[in-house]
Amino acid sequence: MADLATESPRTAVDPANWTCPAPLRDQPVVVMGHGGGGALSAELVQQVFAPAYGNPTLAALTDSAVLHLGGARLAFSTDSYVVRPLFFPGGSVGDLAVNGTVNDLAMSGARPAYLSTAFILEEGVELAVVERVARAVGAAAEAAGVTVATGDTKVVESGHGDGVYVTTAGVGLVPDGVDIRPQRARPGDVVLVSGPIGLHGVAVMSVREGLEFGVEIASDTAPLADLVAAMLAVTPDLHVLRDPTRGGLGASLNEIARASGTGVRLVERAIPVPDEVANACGFLGLDPLYVANEGRLVAFVPPEHAEAVLAAMRAHQQGAGAARVGECVADHPGMVVVATGLGGTRVLDLPLGEQLPRIC
Amino acid sequence: MCLAVPGKVVSIDHRADPLTGLIDFGGVRKQACLEYLPDIQVGEYVIVHVGFALQRLDEESARASLELFGQLGLLEEEFGDAWEQAARQESGSEAR
Amino acid sequence: MKYIDEFHDPQLAGRLLDEIRSTATRPWALMEVCGGQTHSIIRHGIDQLLPEEVELIHGPGCPVCVTPLDVIDKALAIAARPEVTFCSFGDMLRVPGTGRDLFRVKGEGGDVRVVYSPLDAVDLARRNPDRQVVFFAIGFETTAPANAMAVHQARRLGLANFSLLVSHVRVPPAIEAIMTAPDCRVQGFLAAGHVCSVMGTAEYPDLAERHRVPLVVTGFEPLDILEGIRRAVHQLERGEHRVENAYPRAVREQGNPAAVRMIEEVFEVTDRNWRGIGRIPDSGWRLTDAFRAYDAEHRFDVSGIRTEEPAECRAGEVLQGLIKPTACAAFGTTCTPRTPLGATMVSSEGACAAYYLYRRMTDTPAPRGSRIPREEMNPVG
Repeated sequence: MADLATESPRTAVDPANWTCPAPLRDQPVVVMGHGGGGALSAELVQQVFAPAYGNPTLAALTDSAVLHLGGARLAFSTDSYVVRPLFFPGGSVGDLAVNGTVNDLAMSGARPAYLSTAFILEEGVELAVVERVARAVGAAAEAAGVTVATGDTKVVESGHGDGVYVTTAGVGLVPDGVDIRPQRARPGDVVLVSGPIGLHGVAVMSVREGLEFGVEIASDTAPLADLVAAMLAVTPDLHVLRDPTRGGLGASLNEIARASGTGVRLVERAIPVPDEVANACGFLGLDPLYVANEGRLVAFVPPEHAEAVLAAMRAHQQGAGAARVGECVADHPGMVVVATGLGGTRVLDLPLGEQLPRIC
Repeated sequence: MCLAVPGKVVSIDHRADPLTGLIDFGGVRKQACLEYLPDIQVGEYVIVHVGFALQRLDEESARASLELFGQLGLLEEEFGDAWEQAARQESGSEAR
Repeated sequence: MKYIDEFHDPQLAGRLLDEIRSTATRPWALMEVCGGQTHSIIRHGIDQLLPEEVELIHGPGCPVCVTPLDVIDKALAIAARPEVTFCSFGDMLRVPGTGRDLFRVKGEGGDVRVVYSPLDAVDLARRNPDRQVVFFAIGFETTAPANAMAVHQARRLGLANFSLLVSHVRVPPAIEAIMTAPDCRVQGFLAAGHVCSVMGTAEYPDLAERHRVPLVVTGFEPLDILEGIRRAVHQLERGEHRVENAYPRAVREQGNPAAVRMIEEVFEVTDRNWRGIGRIPDSGWRLTDAFRAYDAEHRFDVSGIRTEEPAECRAGEVLQGLIKPTACAAFGTTCTPRTPLGATMVSSEGACAAYYLYRRMTDTPAPRGSRIPREEMNPVG
């Protein structure tokens, strides 16, 4: 998914000759922020993975790679799921593992077809837990219309894992005439989101040890391939699709702005933020725009198709709460700017790592 | 300093030591220490910081403040730019 | 949410802004003391909506940012010990000490936990008697009642495995220090509402009188901040210098007496270093003798750790509005949001950090509080 695709060539660091301001030597060990989907994650990719095995396909910066294979265009993606706790309101690591990879494929416009699953189990975990996760994988795969075609299992010693980790990979076919990638964002494009944001992140936080709070919302984890197909039925000329998972809408839009060299202007009041999400973020000091989603997408659509695509989204179960939230602009390339409810503006920067509850 | 947010006291556990209550932050519920507002009642609003209710919120003062703001510059009704207008048309009640 | 949504109303904000525009006839420099207010100002773009005459100077009121380097280094040393479970508010984990931060200590195997409330740390100590649980007790007057209650509770429960690393700071001495600094440009203060919810306003009339400066106790929602600005400008235009309470729904003159009593039982006033600013007399709290046994500095013998602030950092002058961030040689070179030298670069709302971020924009109005001439706003990095 976005792990290998978080920075644009414009700001990429030449590993043979790189300089400050953000060297990895700041952190000679891996810190949690390296997995947060923000600037630290991007640096890890730029400074470690890209130099080691970078290539033009990897550099395409898409949620899933689009490969030319035997005359077809194959979308291919992989992701690991290490959520804690394993079960949370609205889903489990099993749902995420399927929907996450299905969605990464769908963000290339592909119809997902086959998945692989790899389980890393910690010694001592109850089999009933593994069974519950496995059943969730099966149910989610069926709901998404994909087949789990191959799998693997490994066990690590007690204390060397966190119960159950799941890695999935998936493939799907990209329809002819579809070319969806962050570089295609153009000034004038309308920015749409498919529904209320922040539900997954807040649902998981509400049951995380040390932070528990009561809230009646559930994760939004859901497969989006069907929604994407409905959008493509309006026009194959969707420019960009992204599922704003870790790092939230803020991280995804920054990645798109940087990859395409355009600016993004958002209208804060148009962004659908459920009250519970806003209030939970309020008392933790978090910004809903950086909170993870697992069943939402953000789309950059040419203005002439925007209304029709939005209508198609709203007619679909996964897009019922879709909204027009902003536009792509030629100004401030590489940056995301938010028009605030009061009429001012603020810069929505790429988050550094994971968001932390703050007191100040 | 000091992210502190208003919430409504929905229940009080008088046996808890220190005194603890459940606070509702608009659909989000979390325990808070009420030791510094020992006579607080269920239904009152308090301001909460790092799990402590620090002060009760005074409804009358809040109303008076808003009323005062409403009386300022009564001639000037217009506010916001085109983006603001567009946003208002676009967004439902969910955005804030 | 009641008491929040009403105070975001754009129409009423427009009325307040119009009133400020029509009141301000001359340039005025106001300081919002509190980091939470700075956050709100940037978050809602309030600084860009104000008339040219009103300049906001972001004050030193972020407890995370002003925690001195040597205390962070002590925290890092304690957190790295194998027997210690080190608990902190989330935003302290990323603040760099000398070469490392708490995230790095965690990455290297230290048991570092984020807690929401200091009582959560007490609970950890109760449930894990074989661990030394240390809570990083930072904060202004608002946080002091919570931290005081934690150590008070630990003593009542007889928890010998709980201690506090204290770096508490107080607002009035900081205002005093700012007003007595040479070339001080601040003409009025938005005093921190939640500090006053706890402490009341008794300490402020003397400050207002001696320095002939308006002090308006101000809340945190957009309308609260605009009202604080409106009242401060109104006083300045009339040549007044009074204490006013623009946040009456949460601030009483006497504060919260129960909370103040607890603070006074557990803490006593001491001098304190502020990161990027220096030593301010009587500006902090430390544990009283009665609670000294719970002082992590003594328990883990880290009092020998002394770290000098980087000499090149000029955050103190930036905080007072004396120089622009770009006038500092370290700005954007050795000092960036990733490698901050001083308070103003640590926090994303700090003047240097805001300036650094906005410089990347080419055509959006800069935050007036950081006074960025448009021609200077070129992309960096």
